[in-house]
Amino acid sequence: MKQFLAFVRKEFYHVLRDRRTLLILFGMPIAQILIFGFALTNEVKDSEILVVDYARDNASQELLTKIGSSRYFNIRQAALSHSEILGAFKKGKIKAVVVFPADFNEDLLHQNKAQIQIITDATDVNTANMITNYLSSIIVDYQNQINQNLEIPYRITPEVRMLYNPQLKGAHGFVPGVMALVLLLVSVMMTAISIVREKESGTMEILLVSPFKPVLVIFAKAFPYLALSLVNVTAILLLSVFVLDLPVKGSVVLLFAESTLFIITCLALGIFISIKTDSQQIAMLISLMGMLLPTMMFSGFLFPIENMPIPLQIISNIVPSKWFYIIVKSIMIKGLGITALWKETLILLGMTLFLLLVSLKSFKIRLQ
Amino acid sequence: MQDDKVIVCEKLTKRFGDFIATNEITFDVHRGEIFGFLGANGAGKTTAMRMLCGLSSPSSGKATIAGYDVYTQTEQIKKNIGYMSQKFSLYENLTVRENIEFFGGIYGLSDERIQSKTEELLQRLGLKTEANKLVGSLPLGWKQKLSFSVAVLHEPKIVFLDEPTGGVDPVTRRQFWDMIYQAADSGITVFVTTHYMDEAEYCNRISIMVDGRMEVLDTPTNLKSSFRARSMDEVFYQLARGAKRGD
Amino acid sequence: MEAVVVKNLTKTYGKEKTVAVDNVSFSVNQGELFGLIGPDGAGKTSIFRMLTTLLLPDGGSAHVDGHDIVQDFRAIRSSVGYMPGKFSLYQDLTIEENLHFFATVFGTTIDENYHLIKDIYVQIEPFKNRRAGKLSGGMKQKLALCCALIHKPTTLFLDEPTTGVDPVSRKEFWEMLRRLREQHITILVSTPYMDEASLCDRIALIQSGKILSIDTPQNIVNTYPDRLLAIKANEMYKLLKVLEGHPGILNSYAFGEYAHATFRDAHTDTHALQVYLREHGLTGVEVKDAEVTIEDSFIKLLH
Repeated sequence: MKQFLAFVRKEFYHVLRDRRTLLILFGMPIAQILIFGFALTNEVKDSEILVVDYARDNASQELLTKIGSSRYFNIRQAALSHSEILGAFKKGKIKAVVVFPADFNEDLLHQNKAQIQIITDATDVNTANMITNYLSSIIVDYQNQINQNLEIPYRITPEVRMLYNPQLKGAHGFVPGVMALVLLLVSVMMTAISIVREKESGTMEILLVSPFKPVLVIFAKAFPYLALSLVNVTAILLLSVFVLDLPVKGSVVLLFAESTLFIITCLALGIFISIKTDSQQIAMLISLMGMLLPTMMFSGFLFPIENMPIPLQIISNIVPSKWFYIIVKSIMIKGLGITALWKETLILLGMTLFLLLVSLKSFKIRLQ
Repeated sequence: MQDDKVIVCEKLTKRFGDFIATNEITFDVHRGEIFGFLGANGAGKTTAMRMLCGLSSPSSGKATIAGYDVYTQTEQIKKNIGYMSQKFSLYENLTVRENIEFFGGIYGLSDERIQSKTEELLQRLGLKTEANKLVGSLPLGWKQKLSFSVAVLHEPKIVFLDEPTGGVDPVTRRQFWDMIYQAADSGITVFVTTHYMDEAEYCNRISIMVDGRMEVLDTPTNLKSSFRARSMDEVFYQLARGAKRGD
Repeated sequence: MEAVVVKNLTKTYGKEKTVAVDNVSFSVNQGELFGLIGPDGAGKTSIFRMLTTLLLPDGGSAHVDGHDIVQDFRAIRSSVGYMPGKFSLYQDLTIEENLHFFATVFGTTIDENYHLIKDIYVQIEPFKNRRAGKLSGGMKQKLALCCALIHKPTTLFLDEPTTGVDPVSRKEFWEMLRRLREQHITILVSTPYMDEASLCDRIALIQSGKILSIDTPQNIVNTYPDRLLAIKANEMYKLLKVLEGHPGILNSYAFGEYAHATFRDAHTDTHALQVYLREHGLTGVEVKDAEVTIEDSFIKLLH
């Protein structure tokens, strides 16, 4: 036990004395949360919207006030022809144009339906989508408001609903994604690199030729990264609650328990990589290409899995971070408990046990 | 170029912040000379070598290599020198022939020159039958000899050898020195560092660096008599024992 | 009492079965300073790794302190000390932290065995809060030796501890080893430097995985079969060429400021040789009987 503790302390010295490691450990989660969480929502915040109001009636004015009061849009009004609208886009400042037809109120009152044209700059598809969605939901909102006392409802646009994200906060999906990414980097890459470093410097040979059990060497090396990963989970959650205003809807305890499970999956992977490689560069390359890339691609956090071709969807099932991503999202955003997540948890647990078994099997007590 | 001096150094200095790695070293090396460059670890040898090879710009002082200035004409310097070290030798996963052809190409030799040089070299080293083997599969001694031959392939004026014989067996070490003598005989200046003190005796002149300064510079015989030492080993020990710096 | 017994030990690598260690046998007595002398690639590291249970042999057997290197590897691991060739300690830990760490891993404390390392440790103690990465080569070596000694090993394996180290630090290191012998620790050390051989009690000369000779350095030198002459001239390269052309020559090679040469006729007339050399245009000729060194013996064995 004393040996184990000495080992853990030594490992902390390594981490705390290397500026690059520290930066990856603590700078990265913060940067990622801020970039993914903040910057992406900022993009839509205060977007310049040009309104061409041919109607200038009650309904259009009311709706405009509503759009303008949202913190996403800044409204500028101008009376432009269609060709002039194109010119306005080319200047690049405007993210979208909203056109009210001349008889907007008339249509609404007499035909119970009216049209609004939304033109967006689709060079940036994501932003364009988001703006369209936001605008649509504001319109739906307005529609609901004026429909309250009516028997025959007014219809303005097709219904758009934003499930589980009524405040339209883009960061929601990113926090679980960033969590998966950061844990992967810390637990897979840094663990693998730190074990391989000992191989390179010859210290591994000494540790093997010591009374300390070789398997314990590996566990002692992995342990500090488990602790550091949990610190990271805490940091990310604190950031998301206090900086991004995203509360954890479900059980925090369950969230930490599931995170610990995923961290152990990652550590097992990191150990496996370190057993199979002899140089830090290769360990890093395998961790990045083999782990980080699939996580970005297949966890569902950057690209929706439903939209992928079937073979890729199938492949996505073997990526542990996909299951972790689903679990965290469900706990944080939907507030689901273990009863709803036992299936995903079991899959992740199975993967963890499998990886632990494989790395322990391939671990050698000698050099070759 | 004035007379036959191929390396002329005057108060050459390199500072890294407060640390003076190489402190005002002054010396000349003549054409065809075998010049031993000795010093304890951290004495400033590597820094000095880098400046002479045009890889690092001096902080102050003057130096010309094969008549070219180390501040401004580093490209010409690189064309006129060869370099070999214990660490960097050749590409292990290329064959002997591919290595020779590659380095010939790097130095801009014509295809015919490369061809004739390759054949001549394989013949001289007795590597004809091994020409298509991977360099990685050769014994260390052969690698070092091949590596030296490649370093002088383009007939440079000076060849820099950084601990070329480390870990090599005594017979191969002597064959290696045979090659050095041959190169010197054909007019190539040899600038060599070594940890083997018996090899220091094979040099025409030796310099010993201590803590960044060039402490002595003379023939092995003169050095031994002025230090009243039986061997170069003793001379070195007397000088380097007082060193304060390590690497 | 034999601390290390090696019998017909063989090690091959890879699919092509490249032989690294070829049927090697030797034994080392308790408290002996035993040198494995040979160039890179001779198989020294492979032998050390097998004896420290890091590699499995392909043939033969070996015992360290009476323990079999395959069956009883745990017993060996808790009793021996090992300093690998490329060993570089933890660069980002201080001298004290490194030492403390290795002491704890080996289940001991610095205080318990301080007497073993005291002589060496006092030399680096003033810098105990300096990180290992900032130490000079000689100091790193001293620290590495302390770390290998801290658990009071019965047998110490030092794989090329002096490679790449300047002559002054090498001398100091060997002085430390000589002093360690007084602690009755068996020491096996490997080196490519022939001049270090004379500092060992007994040595094995090794080349291409085979042992060429095992004996005390003195005996190896004494049993040199030929008369060895040391010859000097003002032009070394020319001297070597002329000697090569001498009709009676057996072998000749440069040796420091002299050339060493052996002749077929053991009673070669040194005077006639001088005349021969002068006739071939050499100046400053000097011929005398050479003091045979381990390096001469090694060259003879390779020849």
